[in-house]
Amino acid sequence: MSQKKPEKLIDENDIRSDGRKLNEMRQVKIEVGILGNADGSAYIEMGKNRILAAVYGPREIHPRHQALPDRAALRCRYHMAPFSVQERKSPAPSRREHELSKVIRESLEPSIFTEYYPRTAIDLFIEVLQADGGTRCAGITVASLALADAGIPMRDLVSACAAGKVDGRLVLDLNDVEDKGGEADMPLAYMPTMNAVTLLQMDGMLTGEEFEQVLNMALEGCKQINQLQKEALRAKYKVVKEAEAEKEEEGEKEAAE
Amino acid sequence: MPVFYENRQLVTPGDLLAENEYINGENTYKENGKIYATRVGLFVAEDKRVHVVALKAFYLPMVGDTVVGKVLEVTLGGWVTDIRAPYLAMLRASDALERPFKPQKDDLPSLFDVGDIMVAKIVAYDRTRDPLLTVLERGLGKVTRGQIIEITPTKIPRVIGKQGSMVGMIKEETGCLITIGQNGRIIISGKSPEDERLAIMAIRKIEQEAHTSGLTDRVTEMLKKEKGEKSKKEVVENVPKET
Repeated sequence: MSQKKPEKLIDENDIRSDGRKLNEMRQVKIEVGILGNADGSAYIEMGKNRILAAVYGPREIHPRHQALPDRAALRCRYHMAPFSVQERKSPAPSRREHELSKVIRESLEPSIFTEYYPRTAIDLFIEVLQADGGTRCAGITVASLALADAGIPMRDLVSACAAGKVDGRLVLDLNDVEDKGGEADMPLAYMPTMNAVTLLQMDGMLTGEEFEQVLNMALEGCKQINQLQKEALRAKYKVVKEAEAEKEEEGEKEAAE
Repeated sequence: MPVFYENRQLVTPGDLLAENEYINGENTYKENGKIYATRVGLFVAEDKRVHVVALKAFYLPMVGDTVVGKVLEVTLGGWVTDIRAPYLAMLRASDALERPFKPQKDDLPSLFDVGDIMVAKIVAYDRTRDPLLTVLERGLGKVTRGQIIEITPTKIPRVIGKQGSMVGMIKEETGCLITIGQNGRIIISGKSPEDERLAIMAIRKIEQEAHTSGLTDRVTEMLKKEKGEKSKKEVVENVPKET
C-alpha cells in the first residue's frame, strides 16, 4: 500500500485531509437508469467512491426452495471489483462482502412492499468500482434508487450516511484514511418520511454524549442525501420532458416560417 | 383538506401526497391518515381520490386481461408461458382443445411449441396461485405472422386511447392489424413491412410522450406526414424509371 497516513487528519483550521470542513459531505453525483439490460439501475459517485447498482424483478425464483410463501425474497449481492482498491482484491466474495450483502439487504427490505409479490425474487446487485470508505452507505443509497427505477413499490427511499470521530473531533461522512486512522465510524441508513432508522452500526469508541451528537450529524447527512436522491430520480424524467418541449418549440418555429 | 402537489406533478416514493379525508388510489399507501407515493410517477387528485400514474412499472396479472405470451416449456398436461409478469402462466391442454384432452392421442407440441407466441386470456389468478390462461375464445390463439414490440405496461391505456380511439386511428391510417396485450406486448401485422414500420413508429412516439396531452392529434399528423413523404418519394423514384 502506497497510501501514507498523514500525521494529522484535521489541521488547526478544522480542515480535513481532503479539504472538507468537519460537517461537510463529499461531492455527490447520482445518475438513475443507466443500464439498458437491468429492470432498474443507478450509479453514484461520492468523493472517490464509484458504485453501480442493478435490480431485476420481481421475477420467478430459482432455486425454487428459496421462495417465501408470503412475500418476495430480496436477494442482494455487494461486490467489490478487483480494481476497486489499491492492492488487487480477489474477485471471489470475501467474508466482509457476504456480511455487507446481508446488512444492506436488511436495511432495504423494510422500504419495499415485498408482501405484494409472494413467491418471487427481487435481485439486487451492488458493484463497487472504486472504493474510498463508506461504500456500504453509498451502496444503500444507489440500491434504493435502482429499486425505485425498476418500478418496485416502496414505502420510502432509503438514504445512508456515516459520521464518526477523527482526531478527537466529530466529523460527517468519513473517507478511507479517516476511517482507518480515526477513533470511531458509525454508518446509518434512514427513511426520512417514515422517520425510521433501518441500519445503525458502529465501530470504535464514543461516549454517550458523543454518540448522540454523531447520530444527529449522520441523520442530517441522510436528509441531504435524500434530497439528492429525489433530484436524481426527477432528473431522469425531466430530460424526456425538456426534449419534448424543445421539439414542440421547433415545431412552432417551423409552422411560423 | 391539504393536497401537497399539483396535478401531473412528478413525485417519488415516500413523498407525502395528501392528508386526512382523501382516499388512496393506485401506487400510493396510507398510514396514520397520511397518503404517500410508492412509485415514481405523476400525481393525480380527482374528487377525494389521490393516485399516482406510474412512469415505470411491471405487469401484474389480472383475471380477464388479454395478454401476449411466449411458450417456454411443453409439459405433460399443458404449456408454461412467459407473460412478462413476476409469475409464469400455465395454459392447460384442456383450455386449448375444444374437447377433453387425451394424453395418448393429442400431440401438444404440434399445437404450441417452445418459442411460439400466443394471444391468451387470464382465467384465474390470485396471490396463492400462478395465473391460468385460455385460448378458447374469439381472437385468441397462436400468432403466425406480424411483429412484436414491447412497451411499459403502464402506457398501454394510452396506446388504446379513450374507447380505443388511438389504436383505431393507427389501424385506419396504416391498415395494420394490431393486437394489444395488457402485459405490454403488441402484435402488429400489416400488408407490407412499410405499413408495420409506420405503426411501430406511432406506438414508439406514444410511449415516449405518454404523459403529454393532445397526443392523438400529434400522432395522426405524424402518420399523415410520413405517408405523404413516402408517396412523394415513390413518385420521384418512379420518374427516372419511366424515362
